[in-house]
Amino acid sequence: MTALLFTIIVWATGVLAGFLGALTGLGGGVVLVPALALLFHVDIKYAIGASLVCVIATSSGAAAAYVKEGYSNIRIGMLLEIATTLGAILGAFLATHISTHAIAIVFGLVLLHAAYQSLFGKKQDAGALVESDSLAAKLRLASDYPVGEQRQAYGVRNVPAGFSLMLGAGALSGLLGIGSGAVKVIAMDRAMRIPFKVSTTTSNFMIGVTAAASAGVYLGRGYIDPRLSMPVVLGVLAGAFLGSKVLVKAPVRTLRVTFGVIIFLLAIEMIFNGAVGKV
Amino acid sequence: MTDERLEIFIGNLLRLGVLVSAVVVAIGGALYLAQHGHEVVNYQSFRSELPELRNLAGICIAAFHLRSDGIIQLGLVLLIATPVARVALAVIGFYLEHDRLYMVVSLIVLAILAYSMMHAA
Repeated sequence: MTALLFTIIVWATGVLAGFLGALTGLGGGVVLVPALALLFHVDIKYAIGASLVCVIATSSGAAAAYVKEGYSNIRIGMLLEIATTLGAILGAFLATHISTHAIAIVFGLVLLHAAYQSLFGKKQDAGALVESDSLAAKLRLASDYPVGEQRQAYGVRNVPAGFSLMLGAGALSGLLGIGSGAVKVIAMDRAMRIPFKVSTTTSNFMIGVTAAASAGVYLGRGYIDPRLSMPVVLGVLAGAFLGSKVLVKAPVRTLRVTFGVIIFLLAIEMIFNGAVGKV
Repeated sequence: MTDERLEIFIGNLLRLGVLVSAVVVAIGGALYLAQHGHEVVNYQSFRSELPELRNLAGICIAAFHLRSDGIIQLGLVLLIATPVARVALAVIGFYLEHDRLYMVVSLIVLAILAYSMMHAA
Protein backbone atom coordinates (compact mmCIF):
# COMPACT_ATOMS: atom_id res chain seq x y z
CA MET A 1 0.00 0.00 0.00
CA THR A 2 1.32 3.46 -0.85
CA ALA A 3 1.74 6.09 1.84
CA LEU A 4 -0.99 8.23 0.27
CA LEU A 5 -3.63 5.49 0.21
CA PHE A 6 -2.66 4.31 3.71
CA THR A 7 -2.96 7.89 5.01
CA ILE A 8 -6.43 8.30 3.50
CA ILE A 9 -7.77 5.02 4.92
CA VAL A 10 -6.31 5.62 8.38
CA TRP A 11 -7.74 9.15 8.32
CA ALA A 12 -11.22 7.77 7.60
CA THR A 13 -10.82 5.22 10.43
CA GLY A 14 -9.78 8.11 12.66
CA VAL A 15 -12.94 10.06 11.82
CA LEU A 16 -15.07 7.09 12.88
CA ALA A 17 -12.98 6.49 16.02
CA GLY A 18 -13.18 10.14 17.06
CA PHE A 19 -16.89 10.32 16.37
CA LEU A 20 -17.76 7.25 18.47
CA GLY A 21 -15.17 8.09 21.11
CA ALA A 22 -16.55 11.58 21.68
CA LEU A 23 -20.15 10.41 21.61
CA THR A 24 -19.63 7.76 24.28
CA GLY A 25 -16.90 9.31 26.44
CA LEU A 26 -14.72 6.26 25.84
CA GLY A 27 -12.03 7.86 23.70
CA GLY A 28 -11.41 6.62 20.19
CA GLY A 29 -8.82 3.97 21.10
CA VAL A 30 -11.54 1.33 21.43
CA VAL A 31 -12.14 1.55 17.68
CA LEU A 32 -8.69 2.54 16.48
CA VAL A 33 -6.45 -0.11 18.06
CA PRO A 34 -8.31 -3.19 16.76
CA ALA A 35 -8.69 -1.52 13.33
CA LEU A 36 -4.98 -0.76 13.04
CA ALA A 37 -3.89 -4.11 14.44
CA LEU A 38 -6.38 -6.40 12.68
CA LEU A 39 -7.10 -4.64 9.37
CA PHE A 40 -3.77 -2.99 8.63
CA HIS A 41 -1.49 -5.38 10.58
CA VAL A 42 0.18 -2.46 12.31
CA ASP A 43 2.54 -3.60 15.06
CA ILE A 44 0.79 -3.35 18.44
CA LYS A 45 3.38 -0.92 19.79
CA TYR A 46 2.70 1.57 17.00
CA ALA A 47 -1.02 0.94 17.48
CA ILE A 48 -0.74 1.75 21.21
CA GLY A 49 1.19 4.94 20.44
CA ALA A 50 -1.40 5.98 17.86
CA SER A 51 -4.20 5.11 20.28
CA LEU A 52 -2.75 7.38 22.95
CA VAL A 53 -2.58 10.25 20.47
CA CYS A 54 -6.12 9.36 19.40
CA VAL A 55 -7.47 9.52 22.97
CA ILE A 56 -5.92 12.95 23.55
CA ALA A 57 -7.27 14.18 20.21
CA THR A 58 -10.77 12.90 21.07
CA SER A 59 -10.62 14.51 24.49
CA SER A 60 -9.30 17.89 23.41
CA GLY A 61 -11.29 18.02 20.17
CA ALA A 62 -14.57 17.28 21.90
CA ALA A 63 -13.82 19.23 25.08
CA ALA A 64 -13.53 22.55 23.30
CA ALA A 65 -17.11 22.11 22.09
CA TYR A 66 -18.52 20.63 25.30
CA VAL A 67 -17.11 23.17 27.71
CA LYS A 68 -18.97 25.90 25.89
CA GLU A 69 -22.15 23.87 25.87
CA GLY A 70 -21.83 23.58 29.64
CA TYR A 71 -22.04 19.80 29.92
CA SER A 72 -18.81 18.65 31.51
CA ASN A 73 -18.30 19.27 35.22
CA ILE A 74 -14.74 20.45 35.85
CA ARG A 75 -14.93 20.03 39.64
CA ILE A 76 -16.01 16.41 39.38
CA GLY A 77 -13.43 15.82 36.64
CA MET A 78 -10.56 17.28 38.66
CA LEU A 79 -11.50 15.56 41.90
CA LEU A 80 -11.79 12.16 40.25
CA GLU A 81 -8.69 12.74 38.14
CA ILE A 82 -6.63 12.55 41.34
CA ALA A 83 -7.88 9.00 41.81
CA THR A 84 -7.37 8.02 38.16
CA THR A 85 -3.82 9.28 37.85
CA LEU A 86 -2.81 7.78 41.21
CA GLY A 87 -4.43 4.53 40.12
CA ALA A 88 -2.53 4.58 36.83
CA ILE A 89 0.79 4.92 38.64
CA LEU A 90 -0.22 2.10 40.99
CA GLY A 91 -1.26 -0.06 38.03
CA ALA A 92 2.00 0.47 36.17
CA PHE A 93 3.81 -0.53 39.37
CA LEU A 94 1.65 -3.64 39.88
CA ALA A 95 1.97 -4.70 36.22
CA THR A 96 5.24 -6.46 36.89
CA HIS A 97 3.80 -8.42 39.83
CA ILE A 98 0.47 -9.83 38.73
CA SER A 99 -0.99 -11.75 35.83
CA THR A 100 -2.69 -9.39 33.43
CA HIS A 101 -4.44 -12.25 31.55
CA ALA A 102 -6.78 -12.94 34.43
CA ILE A 103 -7.41 -9.24 35.00
CA ALA A 104 -8.28 -8.73 31.35
CA ILE A 105 -10.82 -11.55 31.50
CA VAL A 106 -12.39 -10.30 34.75
CA PHE A 107 -12.53 -6.77 33.35
CA GLY A 108 -14.14 -8.15 30.18
CA LEU A 109 -16.84 -9.86 32.26
CA VAL A 110 -17.51 -6.65 34.21
CA LEU A 111 -17.89 -4.79 30.92
CA LEU A 112 -20.26 -7.46 29.60
CA HIS A 113 -22.48 -6.85 32.60
CA ALA A 114 -22.32 -3.08 32.09
CA ALA A 115 -23.14 -3.50 28.39
CA TYR A 116 -26.16 -5.63 29.30
CA GLN A 117 -27.32 -2.95 31.74
CA SER A 118 -26.94 -0.20 29.15
CA LEU A 119 -28.77 -2.11 26.45
CA PHE A 120 -31.52 -3.88 28.39
CA GLY A 121 -31.54 -2.23 31.82
CA LYS A 122 -34.58 -0.48 33.19
CA LYS A 123 -35.10 3.16 32.36
CA GLN A 124 -32.68 5.07 34.49
CA ASP A 125 -33.24 8.56 33.27
CA ALA A 126 -36.61 9.27 34.81
CA GLY A 127 -35.71 12.63 36.33
CA ALA A 128 -32.24 13.50 37.55
CA LEU A 129 -31.61 13.54 41.29
CA VAL A 130 -31.49 17.12 42.41
CA GLU A 131 -30.37 16.46 45.97
CA SER A 132 -26.70 15.79 46.65
CA ASP A 133 -25.66 13.72 49.65
CA SER A 134 -23.76 15.49 52.42
CA LEU A 135 -20.19 14.84 51.19
CA ALA A 136 -20.99 15.85 47.60
CA ALA A 137 -22.68 18.98 48.96
CA LYS A 138 -19.58 19.81 51.01
CA LEU A 139 -17.46 19.36 47.89
CA ARG A 140 -19.88 21.58 45.92
CA LEU A 141 -20.14 19.05 43.07
CA ALA A 142 -23.74 19.76 42.11
CA SER A 143 -24.25 21.73 38.94
CA ASP A 144 -26.64 22.02 36.03
CA TYR A 145 -26.59 21.12 32.34
CA PRO A 146 -28.64 22.00 29.28
CA VAL A 147 -31.77 19.95 28.55
CA GLY A 148 -33.46 21.41 25.51
CA GLU A 149 -33.67 25.14 26.04
CA GLN A 150 -33.43 25.00 29.81
CA ARG A 151 -30.78 24.09 32.32
CA GLN A 152 -31.51 21.09 34.50
CA ALA A 153 -29.96 21.07 37.98
CA TYR A 154 -28.48 17.81 39.21
CA GLY A 155 -27.03 16.51 42.45
CA VAL A 156 -24.18 14.09 43.01
CA ARG A 157 -24.01 11.06 45.33
CA ASN A 158 -21.64 8.38 46.57
CA VAL A 159 -18.40 10.28 46.09
CA PRO A 160 -16.28 7.68 47.97
CA ALA A 161 -17.61 4.86 45.77
CA GLY A 162 -16.95 6.89 42.62
CA PHE A 163 -13.50 7.82 43.84
CA SER A 164 -12.62 4.16 44.56
CA LEU A 165 -13.92 3.07 41.16
CA MET A 166 -11.74 5.74 39.56
CA LEU A 167 -8.71 4.39 41.43
CA GLY A 168 -9.60 1.02 39.90
CA ALA A 169 -10.12 2.57 36.46
CA GLY A 170 -6.71 4.19 36.62
CA ALA A 171 -5.05 0.99 37.82
CA LEU A 172 -6.66 -0.92 34.94
CA SER A 173 -5.34 1.55 32.40
CA GLY A 174 -1.88 1.28 33.94
CA LEU A 175 -2.08 -2.53 34.01
CA LEU A 176 -3.68 -3.25 30.67
CA GLY A 177 -2.54 -0.21 28.74
CA ILE A 178 -6.09 0.65 27.74
CA GLY A 179 -8.03 3.83 28.16
CA SER A 180 -10.27 3.52 31.17
CA GLY A 181 -13.12 5.59 29.75
CA ALA A 182 -15.58 2.74 30.17
CA VAL A 183 -15.09 2.48 33.94
CA LYS A 184 -15.13 6.27 34.25
CA VAL A 185 -18.49 6.62 32.56
CA ILE A 186 -19.95 3.69 34.51
CA ALA A 187 -18.67 5.04 37.84
CA MET A 188 -20.13 8.49 37.29
CA ASP A 189 -23.37 7.30 35.74
CA ARG A 190 -24.12 4.36 38.04
CA ALA A 191 -22.40 5.02 41.35
CA MET A 192 -22.54 8.79 41.52
CA ARG A 193 -25.87 9.15 39.73
CA ILE A 194 -24.63 11.92 37.46
CA PRO A 195 -26.71 12.50 34.27
CA PHE A 196 -25.44 10.42 31.35
CA LYS A 197 -24.38 13.31 29.11
CA VAL A 198 -22.50 14.93 31.98
CA SER A 199 -20.83 11.57 32.73
CA THR A 200 -19.64 10.99 29.17
CA THR A 201 -18.44 14.56 28.61
CA THR A 202 -16.66 14.69 31.96
CA SER A 203 -15.08 11.33 31.12
CA ASN A 204 -13.94 12.89 27.83
CA PHE A 205 -12.15 15.59 29.77
CA MET A 206 -10.52 13.07 32.12
CA ILE A 207 -9.25 10.56 29.56
CA GLY A 208 -7.18 13.27 27.88
CA VAL A 209 -5.45 14.15 31.14
CA THR A 210 -4.84 10.47 31.95
CA ALA A 211 -3.45 9.81 28.46
CA ALA A 212 -1.19 12.86 28.61
CA ALA A 213 0.32 11.46 31.82
CA SER A 214 1.60 8.41 29.96
CA ALA A 215 2.24 10.06 26.57
CA GLY A 216 5.73 11.10 27.66
CA VAL A 217 6.67 7.49 28.36
CA TYR A 218 5.52 6.28 24.96
CA LEU A 219 7.13 9.16 23.09
CA GLY A 220 10.40 8.38 24.83
CA ARG A 221 10.15 4.69 23.91
CA GLY A 222 9.58 5.56 20.25
CA TYR A 223 6.01 4.20 20.05
CA ILE A 224 4.63 7.41 18.53
CA ASP A 225 5.21 7.37 14.78
CA PRO A 226 4.63 10.74 13.06
CA ARG A 227 3.60 9.28 9.69
CA LEU A 228 1.01 6.98 11.27
CA SER A 229 -0.19 9.48 13.89
CA MET A 230 -0.70 12.29 11.36
CA PRO A 231 -3.85 10.90 9.68
CA VAL A 232 -5.03 9.58 13.07
CA VAL A 233 -4.92 13.02 14.70
CA LEU A 234 -6.50 14.86 11.79
CA GLY A 235 -9.25 12.25 11.39
CA VAL A 236 -9.98 11.93 15.10
CA LEU A 237 -10.16 15.70 15.66
CA ALA A 238 -12.70 16.02 12.84
CA GLY A 239 -14.68 13.01 14.09
CA ALA A 240 -14.64 14.16 17.72
CA PHE A 241 -15.87 17.60 16.77
CA LEU A 242 -18.71 16.06 14.78
CA GLY A 243 -19.46 13.61 17.61
CA SER A 244 -19.70 16.39 20.16
CA LYS A 245 -22.18 18.27 17.98
CA VAL A 246 -24.32 15.14 17.62
CA LEU A 247 -24.17 14.41 21.36
CA VAL A 248 -25.88 17.70 22.14
CA LYS A 249 -28.89 16.80 19.99
CA ALA A 250 -29.04 13.03 20.51
CA PRO A 251 -31.54 11.47 22.92
CA VAL A 252 -29.93 9.84 25.97
CA ARG A 253 -31.43 6.46 25.08
CA THR A 254 -29.56 6.43 21.73
CA LEU A 255 -26.33 7.38 23.46
CA ARG A 256 -26.77 4.61 26.02
CA VAL A 257 -27.34 2.02 23.31
CA THR A 258 -24.27 3.20 21.37
CA PHE A 259 -22.27 3.07 24.60
CA GLY A 260 -23.61 -0.40 25.36
CA VAL A 261 -22.73 -1.80 21.92
CA ILE A 262 -19.20 -0.42 22.05
CA ILE A 263 -18.40 -1.66 25.55
CA PHE A 264 -19.85 -5.03 24.53
CA LEU A 265 -17.28 -5.16 21.70
CA LEU A 266 -14.60 -3.96 24.11
CA ALA A 267 -15.58 -6.75 26.53
CA ILE A 268 -15.23 -9.40 23.82
CA GLU A 269 -11.87 -7.94 22.83
CA MET A 270 -10.63 -7.97 26.45
CA ILE A 271 -11.76 -11.55 27.10
CA PHE A 272 -10.26 -12.72 23.81
CA ASN A 273 -6.94 -10.96 24.44
CA GLY A 274 -6.84 -12.29 27.99
CA ALA A 275 -7.61 -15.84 26.85
CA VAL A 276 -4.98 -15.94 24.11
CA GLY A 277 -2.47 -14.15 26.32
CA LYS A 278 -2.08 -11.03 24.22
CA VAL A 279 -2.43 -8.66 27.16
CA MET B 1 -14.99 35.24 37.65
CA THR B 2 -17.89 32.80 37.48
CA ASP B 3 -17.77 29.11 36.67
CA GLU B 4 -19.34 29.72 33.31
CA ARG B 5 -16.99 32.49 32.24
CA LEU B 6 -14.05 30.41 33.43
CA GLU B 7 -15.21 27.45 31.38
CA ILE B 8 -15.65 29.55 28.27
CA PHE B 9 -12.20 31.06 28.76
CA ILE B 10 -10.61 27.63 29.19
CA GLY B 11 -12.63 26.30 26.26
CA ASN B 12 -11.39 29.04 23.95
CA LEU B 13 -7.75 28.57 24.87
CA LEU B 14 -8.12 24.83 24.44
CA ARG B 15 -9.72 25.33 21.05
CA LEU B 16 -6.83 27.55 19.98
CA GLY B 17 -4.30 24.93 21.15
CA VAL B 18 -6.09 22.15 19.29
CA LEU B 19 -6.35 24.27 16.14
CA VAL B 20 -2.65 25.21 16.19
CA SER B 21 -1.57 21.58 16.71
CA ALA B 22 -3.89 20.38 13.92
CA VAL B 23 -2.51 23.00 11.52
CA VAL B 24 1.09 22.06 12.36
CA VAL B 25 0.34 18.34 11.89
CA ALA B 26 -1.46 19.07 8.60
CA ILE B 27 1.47 21.14 7.25
CA GLY B 28 3.92 18.36 8.13
CA GLY B 29 1.52 15.80 6.66
CA ALA B 30 1.17 17.66 3.37
CA LEU B 31 4.95 17.95 3.12
CA TYR B 32 5.36 14.24 3.90
CA LEU B 33 2.79 13.16 1.29
CA ALA B 34 4.30 15.47 -1.32
CA GLN B 35 7.73 13.95 -0.75
CA HIS B 36 6.89 10.32 0.08
CA GLY B 37 3.25 9.81 -0.96
CA HIS B 38 4.06 7.13 -3.49
CA GLU B 39 6.41 5.07 -1.39
CA VAL B 40 5.15 1.79 0.01
CA VAL B 41 4.58 1.82 3.78
CA ASN B 42 4.89 -1.03 6.24
CA TYR B 43 4.14 -0.88 9.96
CA GLN B 44 4.10 -4.62 10.55
CA SER B 45 7.32 -4.70 12.48
CA PHE B 46 8.31 -2.31 15.22
CA ARG B 47 11.58 -0.47 14.67
CA SER B 48 11.12 2.29 17.26
CA GLU B 49 11.26 5.88 16.14
CA LEU B 50 14.48 7.65 15.24
CA PRO B 51 16.18 8.79 18.45
CA GLU B 52 15.92 12.46 17.48
CA LEU B 53 12.12 12.17 17.30
CA ARG B 54 11.85 10.82 20.82
CA ASN B 55 12.61 13.97 22.79
CA LEU B 56 11.48 17.56 22.64
CA ALA B 57 14.82 19.13 21.70
CA GLY B 58 15.38 16.69 18.85
CA ILE B 59 11.83 17.19 17.56
CA CYS B 60 12.25 20.98 17.56
CA ILE B 61 15.54 20.74 15.65
CA ALA B 62 14.02 18.37 13.07
CA ALA B 63 11.00 20.66 12.66
CA PHE B 64 13.26 23.71 12.36
CA HIS B 65 15.05 22.00 9.47
CA LEU B 66 11.60 21.59 7.87
CA ARG B 67 11.71 17.80 8.03
CA SER B 68 8.15 16.56 7.59
CA ASP B 69 8.41 13.96 10.39
CA GLY B 70 9.79 16.61 12.75
CA ILE B 71 6.95 19.03 11.98
CA ILE B 72 4.27 16.37 12.52
CA GLN B 73 5.91 15.28 15.78
CA LEU B 74 5.98 18.90 16.96
CA GLY B 75 2.24 19.13 16.27
CA LEU B 76 1.70 15.94 18.28
CA VAL B 77 3.66 17.34 21.22
CA LEU B 78 1.47 20.47 21.11
CA LEU B 79 -1.60 18.25 21.15
CA ILE B 80 -0.29 16.23 24.11
CA ALA B 81 0.28 19.53 25.92
CA THR B 82 -3.36 20.65 25.61
CA PRO B 83 -4.80 18.56 28.47
CA VAL B 84 -1.87 19.64 30.66
CA ALA B 85 -2.59 23.27 29.77
CA ARG B 86 -6.22 22.67 30.62
CA VAL B 87 -5.37 21.54 34.14
CA ALA B 88 -2.92 24.44 34.58
CA LEU B 89 -5.58 26.91 33.42
CA ALA B 90 -8.07 25.41 35.87
CA VAL B 91 -5.60 26.09 38.72
CA ILE B 92 -5.46 29.75 37.69
CA GLY B 93 -9.21 29.88 37.14
CA PHE B 94 -10.07 28.49 40.56
CA TYR B 95 -7.57 30.87 42.10
CA LEU B 96 -9.35 33.79 40.43
CA GLU B 97 -12.65 32.43 41.73
CA HIS B 98 -11.15 32.30 45.26
CA ASP B 99 -12.01 28.61 45.27
CA ARG B 100 -9.17 27.32 47.47
CA LEU B 101 -10.41 23.73 47.62
CA TYR B 102 -10.50 23.18 43.87
CA MET B 103 -7.36 25.19 43.29
CA VAL B 104 -5.58 22.67 45.53
CA VAL B 105 -7.35 19.72 43.84
CA SER B 106 -6.22 20.96 40.39
CA LEU B 107 -2.70 21.56 41.70
CA ILE B 108 -2.53 17.97 42.94
CA VAL B 109 -3.58 16.71 39.49
CA LEU B 110 -0.97 18.96 37.88
CA ALA B 111 1.70 17.67 40.28
CA ILE B 112 0.85 14.03 39.52
CA LEU B 113 0.96 14.82 35.79
CA ALA B 114 4.34 16.49 36.15
CA TYR B 115 5.58 13.54 38.19
CA SER B 116 4.59 10.95 35.59
CA MET B 117 5.95 13.02 32.72
CA MET B 118 9.30 13.58 34.42
CA HIS B 119 9.41 9.97 35.49
CA ALA B 120 9.26 9.17 31.77
CA ALA B 121 12.24 11.32 30.93
